[in-house]
Amino acid sequence: MARVTGLLLSPLDALHRARGAHFTEFGGWELPVRFGSDLAEHHAVRTTAGLFDLSHMAQLDLPGAAAGPGLDYALLGQHSTMPVGRASYSMILTPEGTVIDDLIVYRLAADHWFIIANAANRAVVAAELAERLAGCGAAVHDVTLDRALIAVQGPNSPAILAAAGLPEAAALGYYRCAEATLDGTPLLLCRTGYTGETGFEIACPRQAAPALWERLEAAGRDQGLTLCGLACRDTLRLEAGMPLYGHELDRDTTPIEGGQGYFVRAKAADYVGKAALLSREPRKHLVGLQGEGRRAARAGYPLVRDGEPGGHVTSGALSPTLGYPIALASVTGPEPAPGDLVEVDVRGQLTPFRVTALPFLKKS
Amino acid sequence: MPNPADLFYTTDHEWVAQPAGPVARVGITEYATGALGDVVFVDLPAVGSAVTAGEPCGEIESTKSVSTLYSPVTGEVTAVNQAAVDGPEIVNSDPFGEGWLFEVGSPAAGAALLDAAAYDALVAEAE
Repeated sequence: MARVTGLLLSPLDALHRARGAHFTEFGGWELPVRFGSDLAEHHAVRTTAGLFDLSHMAQLDLPGAAAGPGLDYALLGQHSTMPVGRASYSMILTPEGTVIDDLIVYRLAADHWFIIANAANRAVVAAELAERLAGCGAAVHDVTLDRALIAVQGPNSPAILAAAGLPEAAALGYYRCAEATLDGTPLLLCRTGYTGETGFEIACPRQAAPALWERLEAAGRDQGLTLCGLACRDTLRLEAGMPLYGHELDRDTTPIEGGQGYFVRAKAADYVGKAALLSREPRKHLVGLQGEGRRAARAGYPLVRDGEPGGHVTSGALSPTLGYPIALASVTGPEPAPGDLVEVDVRGQLTPFRVTALPFLKKS
Repeated sequence: MPNPADLFYTTDHEWVAQPAGPVARVGITEYATGALGDVVFVDLPAVGSAVTAGEPCGEIESTKSVSTLYSPVTGEVTAVNQAAVDGPEIVNSDPFGEGWLFEVGSPAAGAALLDAAAYDALVAEAE
């Protein structure tokens, strides 16, 4: 594939090329879209484990006790009272209550917070946070380009991390994080992910990333660990019903309209976007759709309800695990109920889809 | 895998065997499958339908994308590869062989077919 200039490269870029990765542009970075078969990579994460390079994701460091109350005001959620060693899914909103980005906040110490946000929104999130936290004296450091992020996802991931020298990972609860050391390298070990499987995300200094990657590869050799690209990351998160910024969430969508109302707390102290968010009626609803056959409804395809325009598909694919088409859709008009039938205009062909509860894939 | 020397190619990455007949067989190239990723659905022209060189005649869907299939030749479809319809993964695993897509009887070739050397050059430039 021709190299596109002007794109950021992962610290693992040379390793990916040596392993024959196919690349794509994503959020200003050139990243592996797949190493071999994207379906095989998807199935590996569901059955054994997959290894992902997520070094494009924004890493923001917020040292100092003042950052906690600052984040309570700047973001959705209560970050000042979150215990040390916890992580929390959150969003940064506009004053109008729509979504600038979705992100995860980690509390590393009593006086230290850390944020991982989407690559494409790195600059805007860093700038917006710096402005919102300036009043309380907290600083925001964009450390993305000095860092890397590697994920091991799938049922074998605890065993793989143990074999790599991180046995403490297995005891880490869901949405917990801990600082760890491997060969003298400081790591941030997080039990988070974007696949719907047991898994870990490991943040480390940029120069330590190649050795960590190769160590994980070696540790996973007899555990079915498969190198994974962004293509399967997208189908995995879709099956898990998780939103992707720019598809389900954007600046024209509130968290409630984007299907994330669970994270909106009416009783929280004031935060940017709260008043607007709680006073406006949802204009649209995010729903899951399930189809028949093998033809996917894809992002942007129009939705038809009772013969009238009724919104659009935000993400869709033939589910590799379930074997039928699944989609997330932003639906206008009355909130649909599971079981309702709608139609999707699949390249000129009106195709029936049934509204279904999320996530599509229910883990036992 | 090299592009087979006995096939002809389109700039849209279809291949065609025996474009002058009596029966032309059509598929997509290995380069196309590499760009698409895993093929999960193929929509092929029906047996008996007419296809026209350079015109859309079907669709190839991968996990991530949909791409239009263009016929390299003009004529009537005489067969489709049911194995590829039932198990599209053979398009990835054997694009020039068992993963063929359809056949056209008494074909007339379009003007723009490339020989293997010209197609190699096209792909080398894209890579």
